[in-house]
Amino acid sequence: MNHLATADAGAVERVFREAYGEAVATLIRTVGDITLAEDAVQEAFVVATDRWPTDGIPANPAGWIVTTAKRRAIDVIRRSARGRHLQEEAGIATVAGLDRSPVDEPGPVRDDRLRLIFTCCHPSLRREHHVALTLRLLGGLSVEEVARLFFVSEAAMAKRLVRAKYKIKAAKIPYRVPEEADLPARLRSVLSVLSLIYTSGLDGEAGEPLRTEAIRLTRELVDLLPDEPEAAGLLALLLLSESRAPARCVDGDLVLLQDQDRTAWDREMIAEGHAIVRACIRRGRPGPYQLQAAIQAVHAAAATFEATDWPQIVALYDQLLALSPTPVVALNRAIALAEVLGPAEGLAAVDAIPPGLETSHLLHAARGTMLRELERPDDALAAFERAVQLATSDPDRRFLTGQIDALAVDRR
Amino acid sequence: MAQYLLSTYTSEGDGGPPPTPEEMQAFMERVAALEAEMDAEGAFLFGGALHGPDAATVVRGGDADPIMTDGPFVEAREHIAGFYIIEAEDLDGALAWGSKVVGAIGHPIEVRPFRATGRVHA
Repeated sequence: MNHLATADAGAVERVFREAYGEAVATLIRTVGDITLAEDAVQEAFVVATDRWPTDGIPANPAGWIVTTAKRRAIDVIRRSARGRHLQEEAGIATVAGLDRSPVDEPGPVRDDRLRLIFTCCHPSLRREHHVALTLRLLGGLSVEEVARLFFVSEAAMAKRLVRAKYKIKAAKIPYRVPEEADLPARLRSVLSVLSLIYTSGLDGEAGEPLRTEAIRLTRELVDLLPDEPEAAGLLALLLLSESRAPARCVDGDLVLLQDQDRTAWDREMIAEGHAIVRACIRRGRPGPYQLQAAIQAVHAAAATFEATDWPQIVALYDQLLALSPTPVVALNRAIALAEVLGPAEGLAAVDAIPPGLETSHLLHAARGTMLRELERPDDALAAFERAVQLATSDPDRRFLTGQIDALAVDRR
Repeated sequence: MAQYLLSTYTSEGDGGPPPTPEEMQAFMERVAALEAEMDAEGAFLFGGALHGPDAATVVRGGDADPIMTDGPFVEAREHIAGFYIIEAEDLDGALAWGSKVVGAIGHPIEVRPFRATGRVHA
């Protein structure tokens, strides 16, 4: 034990959060039941909050939590009918068997957290369940915290989690890393969940814990799957996006890339993001996340907005569009194209985007900006007004209203 | 091991033109090959194609006073058309068979785990 002089409640909480995912993941493998694993880890945390402040935080907190939780779980299995039932279901021959590590299965990687993230993001569960399970089981967020982040009641979130866990058990969703053949498709699902967790946190400062958690989990995934360039690509993308967080939102107001104070960008995150992107390029196995990261890397490398290498960005968007031909990618490409060829070419590219974005404020905001530059204020106004109607967050609405006010001033 | 129901549904009036004898022959060959594969892997427990809902009867009221009603229990546009009951290691195994069935029959498949199977022991 590493006896620290003091371990305040905050420190215990932080260490616990970091150890939580690993502890729950290990317990699930040993006891074969998610709820029992969660309960046992929760109880171990209660013991920790009692002891750590006086005894100090142990050198290996996750190991300590696992050992303590395992003891609790064994108690439950010994004492209750439910426990015996679980024991049968999980195929645990003896309680003593719990103390040995029973898993020796083939697969590319042997790690409990990795197994757990693939279970949480299994394609047979719906997306909102992926997100809730991942944040709850791997992120160690409380049900109440997850509920608050997604603007639903705690009861609704609890129900969602119960339903997802029920399906995992009833349908026997496996607790293992997919085999090599299935890995690419299953990894895409995991990466898109982590990406969604990050973007859900983009609206304002309240979302910061989501972004931090997404980055932490992605970093973990990269450690566990070092040979998957797309996992690294997502980490770089998130770091480069997060590096701009201090400049992106000032006093609750959205600041466009072109107006951001670039000295406020986090240089450490940019350096790490750039290093990952360079490593990805050397590897030569490009994918959508790596390309998006490369685009962000070009932005991050520019000292000023005007100094941005726009032709390079358009070229990267062309590659990205070839891999994932979505309207959103096409819109971003059109916006970059406007910087290279001018607003008329940009607008033509926007208007050539296949249907699917009519209800996105981003499309109308981009049109508004290009129409204004083309000195078509009436059309620009109409586009911005449509964008305001469709915007979903307060900072977006405030920003767009500001554009409309500015247009009104110009026209006077 | 676990047991799963793989069921397929048809919609009333989505049939289009009836299959030609050649198409029917090719369909039967695909299904036969799939079932042989299931047998080889020990996955096949039971399977079959059902008559339409017009052939269904609902029974209510119990032994003493049975009441029969013509037609299916659920009045819906979609009706269960056929199913397999298979054995698989876990959901991934069942889903893999599910995609093979879709490949053979060209219709979506619902994969559903059994809560219990076999005879009830009181």
